[in-house]
Amino acid sequence: MSAEGGTAAVMRENDSLDLHAKDTIFGADFLADQDAVETFVKEAPGEVVQLEHWGCPWSRDPDGRVSVRSFGGMTADRTLFAADKTGFHLLHALFQTSLKYDKIVRYDECFLTSLLVDDGRVRGVTALNLYTGQVEVIAGKAVILCTGGGGRVFPFTTNAAIKTGDGMAIAYRAGVPLKDMEFVQYHPTGLPGTGILITEASRGEGGWLKNKDGYRYLQDYGLGPPTDKPTHRKMELGPRDILSRCHMQEYSKGRTFEGPYGHYVHLDLRHLGEEVINKRLPFVRELVHKYVGIDPVYEPIPVRPVVHYMMGGVSTDINARTPVEGLYAAGETACVSLNGANRLGSNSLTELLVFGSRAGRSAAEYARSQPAPQSARLSTLAADEQRRLDRQFLRKEGGRERIATIRQEMQKAMEEGAGIYRDEEKMQKTCMILRSLRERFNDIIIEDRGSIFNTEVTSALELDFMLDVAEAIANSALKRKESRGSHTRTDFPKRDDENFLKHSLAHRTADGPRIEYLPVTITRWQPEERKY
Amino acid sequence: MAEPTVTLNVTRYRPEQDRAPTNQRYTIPYKNDWVVLDALNHIKDQMDGTLSYRWSCRMGVCGSCGMMVNGVPKLTCAAFLRDYYPQEIRVEPLVNFPIIRDLVIDMSDFLDKLKSVKPWIIRKEEKPVSQGEYRQTPAELEAYKQFTQCINCMLCYAACPVYGLEPEFLGPAAIALGYRYNLDSRDQGRDQRQGVLMSHDAIWQCTFVGECSVVCPKDVDPAAAIQRTKVDTTKEWFQSVLLPWGQK
Amino acid sequence: MSGTRPDKSKLYYQKVSATWWLKKPSYLLFMLRELSSVFIALFLVIYLIQLSQLIDGPQAYVSFAQKLSSPGWILFHLVVLAFALYHSFTWFKSTAVILPIRIGERLLPREMIIALNIGAWVLVSLVILFLFLALKG
Repeated sequence: MSAEGGTAAVMRENDSLDLHAKDTIFGADFLADQDAVETFVKEAPGEVVQLEHWGCPWSRDPDGRVSVRSFGGMTADRTLFAADKTGFHLLHALFQTSLKYDKIVRYDECFLTSLLVDDGRVRGVTALNLYTGQVEVIAGKAVILCTGGGGRVFPFTTNAAIKTGDGMAIAYRAGVPLKDMEFVQYHPTGLPGTGILITEASRGEGGWLKNKDGYRYLQDYGLGPPTDKPTHRKMELGPRDILSRCHMQEYSKGRTFEGPYGHYVHLDLRHLGEEVINKRLPFVRELVHKYVGIDPVYEPIPVRPVVHYMMGGVSTDINARTPVEGLYAAGETACVSLNGANRLGSNSLTELLVFGSRAGRSAAEYARSQPAPQSARLSTLAADEQRRLDRQFLRKEGGRERIATIRQEMQKAMEEGAGIYRDEEKMQKTCMILRSLRERFNDIIIEDRGSIFNTEVTSALELDFMLDVAEAIANSALKRKESRGSHTRTDFPKRDDENFLKHSLAHRTADGPRIEYLPVTITRWQPEERKY
Repeated sequence: MAEPTVTLNVTRYRPEQDRAPTNQRYTIPYKNDWVVLDALNHIKDQMDGTLSYRWSCRMGVCGSCGMMVNGVPKLTCAAFLRDYYPQEIRVEPLVNFPIIRDLVIDMSDFLDKLKSVKPWIIRKEEKPVSQGEYRQTPAELEAYKQFTQCINCMLCYAACPVYGLEPEFLGPAAIALGYRYNLDSRDQGRDQRQGVLMSHDAIWQCTFVGECSVVCPKDVDPAAAIQRTKVDTTKEWFQSVLLPWGQK
Repeated sequence: MSGTRPDKSKLYYQKVSATWWLKKPSYLLFMLRELSSVFIALFLVIYLIQLSQLIDGPQAYVSFAQKLSSPGWILFHLVVLAFALYHSFTWFKSTAVILPIRIGERLLPREMIIALNIGAWVLVSLVILFLFLALKG
């Protein structure tokens, strides 16, 4: 839903699959698995057409073909869009099409709490039915996790409230490693305070980033020369990790504005004119007007980097399989890895379509080969989960810590230790704080003793998951002694392909994550210096 | 100088102990850029963890946080405290829906109605994906685009007196969604939606009060969709009666 | 389809009060719009009765018309006129909503459609008035 700007796919004759692959791999700072990237770029065009057939209202060229626009880090125009609410329209097209099939049963407002794993195989899930307060078992021969990312472990994020990394934590607890968790993307243009996203499309259409002197500062960081119209991969169309770092550098030089919510710069759209803004960026105009009280047609927009996307996640292969049999993951929850150390804008919506589709097919094929899970066995497994939930949440007694207190301390620690610029000392401190918060979590107060629609219990469950995700991020970051993509360390400022051309894998242990490594799959693109 | 405060008067309903809803007042710090949702979150985080409500995106696109604010259906993520301060703010669950708990209402009727208009592309023959997209000109897209903006927030149902008095009424969002697909140049399912849209609980229940369009946070204008559907279906009825040979 | 539903026995069903239309100015205006049809219908009945007097000759018609010039009846007719004007105005507003007029890719603004409708209405009224005066004279 946060995703607005578009969905990338090779649609035009002046573009090529190799070019899309190269852009993605380059943008990923060579940490992407290239076999996954090659599959991705190949299947992308078919998937966006499938969504079009399912009713997605893609914006169109005069000849009736779907339009494409420029986006950060892309060498050609290949980002399809539905005005500037692409994610919204994809979601509704998919949801409405799913209503066609009675066989698709949704368990609305059933909150996922754990996976049921027996004999190394997934047999289903347990979920808290919010309408009744009962823990239900949903049996399944295969399970696909697509619960999104976990931006809410940070204090300022574009992410909605529900993005608390539930699926990641649940897989982690079932023994699946979390891959590349240290790579957290800061989107360069979020609104200060609320963190509401101002889509990259505003830069794709030609918006300019200016510091407090009205200067387009990106040209000082190797992204120049500045041009009036956007040039692929240059200036405001550079990749997100680099732009976020440039902002922080401007801040350290004292060239950013200062406001009630900290430092910010200006995103200037005035030169685009009212007509272009109304046609291609109407939602941006609406959001800025509502939440900042200005009209971007006449005034520049205050923006700053905010946490937006997690490149890392549940470790999967290119068929969306995790190491646990019967368990699959797709979308932001998963890490294939398609996006490596930094994701290019408009690749994530396509990622959903391509890997969502692959996950569905793999899971269905696997499920067909499996007998139905035995209900007696499931009940035994579920009883353990019921006891845990009763003890920790549903019938918890006493406690002295408010849920919000622990959550806010976690977010503060993440911002300080796992932000845009990291160093050993700050990351160590964050890891220690998170360990202690883990302990303090056992002492939370649950005031709401009701069974029906108990959202305090769900807040506690979400915090429980977020603490796991936060620890995986902070510990993976601490162990990676290099800078690559969105993981930037002041104590190890260079990329180290010799030691770290690898994915980190965070495995859960009682004392916190144990980090191991997995080599990156290289097919045709040898790592080179990442210069724009 | 004391910090400014504002009071929220919030509906409470705990089915296990309450026979009917009551209300509870909370006095919170006033911040001039807070929305009602920020206030509710402050209450839940710092004062009373037992208050239940739905929310998610906090930017007016997910449709989860619809509630009555001083008697008007609003997205609480878009209702600024400064527009009410220093008066007390009444926060209630959306009217015309059964209450599950506190500010949370039962939306199952709404979801059933959305589904009943067959809100998907219906084709006589599907084109294979390998042949590319269905062509649609910018003008053809413009014709239905406005009606794709619905975020399913249900404010229109809370504003509609007909839905309040006649719960069988299909309602603004569902009819607008059916209309959206009828207008989509790629769709060929108009006659399949006819039955539902022309049933006596559907478009002809609407008396064009127009409040649905007034409260819609996305300017979908469901009232227009319903009246235009009345015109379209009437035109088609006359055509089928007077010119039956013109039928597809 | 949805596999989970709230427990109906625990739901609280909110009631709609009989005076719902007093809760908001726009609801009240809506009810007045609907009510206008009652007054217009009443006026039509009176008028048809007046016309039917002609069966008994011009004298019967005139004496009936004189009855209608009492203060009470004048008031009634003023109320009907107010309702009729209000109804016409809301009708024009509805037309603007129901019939979108597109020129190229742009929609004609609704205010313009309403203004054009009112303009046409005034014009037709003037023409009729003119004809009436001309025939009278």
